[in-house]
Amino acid sequence: MSGLSVFLGNMKVILSGDKSADKVVPPSGYTANLTTFTAASMAFLAVFAMALSLATGRLADRWSGELTRTTTIRISAPEGQMQAQLAAVMNVLETTSGIATARVMTDAEQRRLLEPWFGPDLPLENLPIPRLVEVVEADNGPDMEGLRLRLSAEAPGAILDDHTRWRRPLVTAANRLRSLGAVAIVLITASTAAMITLSAQSALAANGQVISVLRLVGARDVYIARAFVRRYTLRALVGAFIGTGASMLAIFFLPAAAEEGAFLTGLGFEGWHWLLPLIIPPLAAFVAFWATRSAALRALKRIS
Amino acid sequence: MLQLQDAGFSYGGRDILTEVNLDVAPGSFYFLTGPSGSGKTTFLRLCYQALMPTRGTLRILDRDVRGLHREDIAQIRRRIGVVHQDCKFIDHLTMMDNIRMPLQVSGRAGELDDANFQDLISWVGLSSHMNALPPELSSGERQRAALARAVVMSPDLILADEPTGNLDWEMAQKILTLLVELNKMGKTVIIATHDLQLIRMAKAQVATRVLRIANYRVQQAGADL
Repeated sequence: MSGLSVFLGNMKVILSGDKSADKVVPPSGYTANLTTFTAASMAFLAVFAMALSLATGRLADRWSGELTRTTTIRISAPEGQMQAQLAAVMNVLETTSGIATARVMTDAEQRRLLEPWFGPDLPLENLPIPRLVEVVEADNGPDMEGLRLRLSAEAPGAILDDHTRWRRPLVTAANRLRSLGAVAIVLITASTAAMITLSAQSALAANGQVISVLRLVGARDVYIARAFVRRYTLRALVGAFIGTGASMLAIFFLPAAAEEGAFLTGLGFEGWHWLLPLIIPPLAAFVAFWATRSAALRALKRIS
Repeated sequence: MLQLQDAGFSYGGRDILTEVNLDVAPGSFYFLTGPSGSGKTTFLRLCYQALMPTRGTLRILDRDVRGLHREDIAQIRRRIGVVHQDCKFIDHLTMMDNIRMPLQVSGRAGELDDANFQDLISWVGLSSHMNALPPELSSGERQRAALARAVVMSPDLILADEPTGNLDWEMAQKILTLLVELNKMGKTVIIATHDLQLIRMAKAQVATRVLRIANYRVQQAGADL
């Protein structure tokens, strides 16, 4: 907390403009623009990493949430046996514990499922299409292996698909992608700190004469450091605002997420998540403040 | 004000100053003379703690300099005005900013209002140069500006290292007159110089003591000065 209060106290001075401290460091020309540019780039990337992390998080939640408790039974049988097999399957389901609901999908629902591949005018009634039964599991869920055995005995044309086979690796992949997004944000923050530290050290080395004069007239190290801190904190803040704004605009204008939920079209923010990128500029200023302050105080200790 | 007891400074195994014993009373006016390279600048650097004595005791403004933290040194320097031979300005700042710098860094910028500041720069004769940059001024103007910066905090002790070294006699007289005026206001003044004519002129105006550095030792100068 004391670190934060030091930061906030200094930010007040930095933003209100201690021009006397600011002026003692000579203008550094295009290198100043490089610092702002780097901060903007890092903020841009950080917003994308944040969007990626949130999007994959949503994807993982959806895959692990919506699909966890649903199971599909596919019945393939000759035309004359379909109704009998269907009745046998429903009978098995009704007498199996751990099943909340079970219903046969209507022709319209099956047509809708096949529409992306075969078009809207599919003559479903003339084709040997399997019938689908949607099963919603209760909280404790059924014994899947027992259910599979009973179905194979009562309705040989029924195949139980509990989605686990393809869902589990997808959920794992989405969770890892979410973690990678968080790691990317940490790396971007650390890179920003490293870049600003190098830049501040270079500025301190180039201003040895100024530092010497300031010391001779009684300047404390904190005063000298503040001159550099103010400059780099403001550059990082301005750069991060530009980068964050540009990145948010780019994400805003990405194609809208389709209902089918193709992954890339779902990259973006939803609801209050749009506020999250706004923490990046103050975070960049905080990182720049501490990186410059610690680099300056360390360097000033070395300079006699 | 300033006490040295068996103080000395050596660098790289070589003595620069040794066995310095001196007690500078407040309000006194000292000249420190000796040939070039004799240790005059080293003596002054010890006085404003750009160097620390390697032997003996040095007390400045009632504080023993041994073990002083950098922050303490900054505090002491605010009570000492130094006129360096090469002036040591920040070249990208105007003369006004340079002269006000000691006030700015100590958070006392508000203590010197515009009228008082104008009085100060009129006193050193630089009223029309306040917006100039240091490289745009002549040697004499820079020395007077350095003097203005040295006194802007109303220090107790003023140290001047060859303040007239690069100046013609007329300008040197002006600088000396300003330093004598400061001494008459109660400030302690120590000037390092090898200009004997300057010392004689000062003696005619104010009670001075003259020290000579020879063979790494600081001693009273002879009566001929």
